[in-house]
Amino acid sequence: MKMPIYMDNHATTQMDPRVLEAMMPYFTDIYGNAASRNHEFGWEAEKAVDKAREQIAALIGATPKEIVFTSGATESNNLAIKGIAEMYSERGNHIITQAIEHKAVLDTCKRLEKDGVRVTYLPVKTDGRIDLDQLRDAITDKTILISIMYANNEIGAVQPMKEISKIAKEKGILFHSDAVQAVGKIPVNVIADGIDVMSLTAHKLYGPKGVGALYVRRRNPRVQITAQMDGGGHERGMRSGTLNVPGIVGLGAACEIAHKEMAEESKKLQALRDRLKDKLTSALDEVYINGSWEHRLPHNLNISFNYVEGESLLMGINDIAVSSGSACTSATLEPSYVLKALGAGDDLAHSSIRFGLGRFNTEEEVDYVAAKVIDVVQKLRELSPLYEMAKEGIDLTKVSWVNH
Amino acid sequence: MAYSDKVLDHYNNPRNVGSMDKSSPYVGTGMVGAPECGDVMKLQVKVNPETGIIEDAKFKTFGCGSAIASSSLATEWLKGKTVDEALEIKNTDIVNELALPPVKIHCSVLAEDAIKAAIGDYKAKSGAVKRETVSVA
Repeated sequence: MKMPIYMDNHATTQMDPRVLEAMMPYFTDIYGNAASRNHEFGWEAEKAVDKAREQIAALIGATPKEIVFTSGATESNNLAIKGIAEMYSERGNHIITQAIEHKAVLDTCKRLEKDGVRVTYLPVKTDGRIDLDQLRDAITDKTILISIMYANNEIGAVQPMKEISKIAKEKGILFHSDAVQAVGKIPVNVIADGIDVMSLTAHKLYGPKGVGALYVRRRNPRVQITAQMDGGGHERGMRSGTLNVPGIVGLGAACEIAHKEMAEESKKLQALRDRLKDKLTSALDEVYINGSWEHRLPHNLNISFNYVEGESLLMGINDIAVSSGSACTSATLEPSYVLKALGAGDDLAHSSIRFGLGRFNTEEEVDYVAAKVIDVVQKLRELSPLYEMAKEGIDLTKVSWVNH
Repeated sequence: MAYSDKVLDHYNNPRNVGSMDKSSPYVGTGMVGAPECGDVMKLQVKVNPETGIIEDAKFKTFGCGSAIASSSLATEWLKGKTVDEALEIKNTDIVNELALPPVKIHCSVLAEDAIKAAIGDYKAKSGAVKRETVSVA
């Protein structure tokens, strides 16, 4: 078993060696600019880019011309939301999103608010999914866009995409989804799911960092987006800038592998994830799963070990790479806004650990991680005044704490 | 974030973990922090009423590694001090000893608060004991 063990696959993934292999020739041999129309170097690069468009389109049920390459999902989200707000500003100025979106969506919306766009941030239910009635109620005749992520990066909760898109269609509102955590992990199909604009990125699906794509629907309806980057008019005028050919080849290769292996891989990851969960919950009391169990990414486990602070737990399992919603692990000293939005209480956010399983994890690793976590949680509970009080039967919610 | 060797040592081998009888008149208990803030420290001192010297100190902490280390260190320092000497322990002493980074200074502040709360509790109790003694006599 290779140490340390990586189980933080919602943050990023190890690049698949097959992806690297596909990319290699495009650094030193086939180095042309895909926009060079009059020589072999350019044609070869363009051919590679076109192949990648097909590979990506095949994975998500799109057509190749609907793929716009970007530098990653943050850019894709910015381009989608700002580009639609600008393009459709005469039709309306209201956007609906939700509280547990990634910051690339939330902060983009906050920026637009400064420019006079009105934004509704829907709350989520305790399972991390939006309430469809609240979505319906939030729609006004000025609503131009609904932006709801496919699956959440912390708790893995999968949103009811088909139901959301049905509501959007009925009202003639565009539907954007940040699908970075879902693409290549669970079946995503822009036709079946009714998505008009969708962000994805390579490094979450065993591809390279620094390259992503935005799916922009071309029919029923034809979506138009105002470019946010001015220049040579690449990508049908939606995103200027010389294409990152090796990165794009990598994204394409990663999508093709996912397309072929996803069905089997997701079963394997779900079995590993369930094994981890079963071991932890059978050995430890007062353990809570954060987010929907039913509507969840197969490789996600977000779990709170009550009475144990997340950073101290990470410190004890320092040969395992995972992350925590604890304030102490964030730059802002605030606990995870995603977990807070579930309404479970800040104390459970402080006690949370996110496990993100991936293609290269093994059963042996899962068993090691489970044993180690159980051992450290037990040790820290011996140290925890809260655990002691709870065992004495004291209701911690009724204690008047000395805040600081 | 990288932890100092001393923080790691206290985290891996915490000193004086445990609880003492908080109803004892010679035990002072301080509990500071709140679960929703991510740290709670319980610190106890057992004082010899004849000498005023802290004979034992125990802690339990819910919090990050630096909070655990700060309280563990505090119990080490408390033992053998008089209650008045104990009140002179400053959070900056803990910061220096453990080489805490700026974002972890609040852990040392919490430990100082816990010391003050524990001593305060003991003093309140011992005042009560003396009054009882007087009334009996």
